[in-house]
Amino acid sequence: MPPILSISGVEKHYDSGLTALGGVDLAVRRGEIFALLGPNGAGKTTLISIVCGTVTMSAGTVLVAGRNIVTDFRATRSTIGLVPQEIALDIFSTVWNTVQFSRGLFGRAPDPAYIEQLLRDLSLWDKRHSKTIELSGGMKRRVMIAKALSHEPELLFLDEPTAGVDVNLRRDMWALVRRLRDRGVTIVLTTHYIEEAEEMADRVGVIDKGRILLVEDTAALMEKMGKRRLMLELQQPMAAIPAELQGWPLELQSDGQRMVFTFDAHGEGTGIAALLKRLGELGIDIKDLETTRSSLEDIFVSLVERG
Amino acid sequence: MRGINLHGIWAIYRTEMQRALRTVWQSIATPVITTALYFVVFGAAIGSHMQQMGGVDYGAFIVPGLMMLTILTQSISNASIAIYFPKFTGTLFEILSAPLSAFEAVVAYVGAAATKSIGIGLIILVTATFFVDLEIRHPFWMLGFLAITSVAFSLFGFIIGIWAKSFEQLAIIPSLVVTPLTFLGGAFYSIDMLAQPWRTISLFNPVVYLVSGFRWSFHGVGDVSVAASLAFMTGFMAICLAILWWMFRTGYRLKP
Repeated sequence: MPPILSISGVEKHYDSGLTALGGVDLAVRRGEIFALLGPNGAGKTTLISIVCGTVTMSAGTVLVAGRNIVTDFRATRSTIGLVPQEIALDIFSTVWNTVQFSRGLFGRAPDPAYIEQLLRDLSLWDKRHSKTIELSGGMKRRVMIAKALSHEPELLFLDEPTAGVDVNLRRDMWALVRRLRDRGVTIVLTTHYIEEAEEMADRVGVIDKGRILLVEDTAALMEKMGKRRLMLELQQPMAAIPAELQGWPLELQSDGQRMVFTFDAHGEGTGIAALLKRLGELGIDIKDLETTRSSLEDIFVSLVERG
Repeated sequence: MRGINLHGIWAIYRTEMQRALRTVWQSIATPVITTALYFVVFGAAIGSHMQQMGGVDYGAFIVPGLMMLTILTQSISNASIAIYFPKFTGTLFEILSAPLSAFEAVVAYVGAAATKSIGIGLIILVTATFFVDLEIRHPFWMLGFLAITSVAFSLFGFIIGIWAKSFEQLAIIPSLVVTPLTFLGGAFYSIDMLAQPWRTISLFNPVVYLVSGFRWSFHGVGDVSVAASLAFMTGFMAICLAILWWMFRTGYRLKP
């Protein structure tokens, strides 16, 4: 089975001379949650806009379920749903009408039972007769999602789904995305919240300055690049690492009150036991200790800086 | 899904028509009141001092011109706002991302705008019968001219809606070009009444051909030949279609 989305050599240059995308290759597997991660202006929105047909690419090929998005746009677009970053609704239309409209626009016959279920799933059923202008921000966003799902797409794009959204709604959104995935919908989301990608995504693609820097399983990425650290709060501040401990990956922080030991969580033996034993032999007393793991954020920052 | 996206065309058409029905009072009351006012001013106040024109009463004479005036402005404003508003509010993304060809989008939007114009034209016609005795010589031609003018100028309005970057630009063509041309295009007089060189100059006014053809379908006489009127309308529609085809092909002011 071909990947649900296959992007090769996609470029976007604007007349102004700006290059938004400089040759992007990417494949998204059927049924996964894929997070496209990158800072503002990295090209995330441009890339998904090209796939959805709202931006024309300068060069390259995009296939959705093996079909070309330019020559076979009817077939590809009817399998795609898009929730853009900005809320844009026909403010005078009711929730029911606008969702119904989207389904028809995407070429599907009316199916009131499906729309009812969709609105119930999104807690919008009670508001079905309300005009969209009367809804709260969170509800409007859910209407946008309902519209994108109205034609039962196989591939859903969520552009910054939780930007400017409160904690509860973000949790709801995450739960919704997982439910959709369980139903077999492939989800591509863009975000600059690292925690969102880490929490949600099966795989992460990092994009910056219009180029994909890496694509990796989220877990593998954490494993490969995630360093762990042991923080030791010292009883007595220390001016420098004692000569006896040279060779250990140690550094001092907080005016010598804290010693930090960096280790590879997946190496053979972490070295923690040996270090603690050695410290005991040297008579260095410890008040407290704690281990931390680097987040995707650290990984991301180091990648973007390197790129 | 194969062939034409009929559900998509219907969704847009229906939504556009619903929008008109939401503001049904503006949609109907405005042309009715305007027409009534024109008849009070031109028909009763001035017309009573005027002789027959082209063999018909002045009141009956101005009916086709009056309908044309409203159809032109309504077609342009309905079609231009229909595409400009989604552009302005950002909802255009959904149309652009839909499995809908440019042709289908034009059929839906222009079809809805033209339907409204035809409706308004007929409302004016009915209103006019309360003021004057009307005889329509060629009813089918009349309906034909009504339909083709509504479609042609809805296409023109659609182009303006895509081109416009602001509400000012949206209003500028109808108010600065179309309305003056209509008034000078023989909506309320026959260009035969004009002295030279104005009569010849008037022949360069496209609205003359619209009004003339339409008036012929009512009263059997026009300022120019029916063939010239038909040729003009067909040509105008072809130019609009060509411009729209280019706009969608290049994504002009629709998508980057």
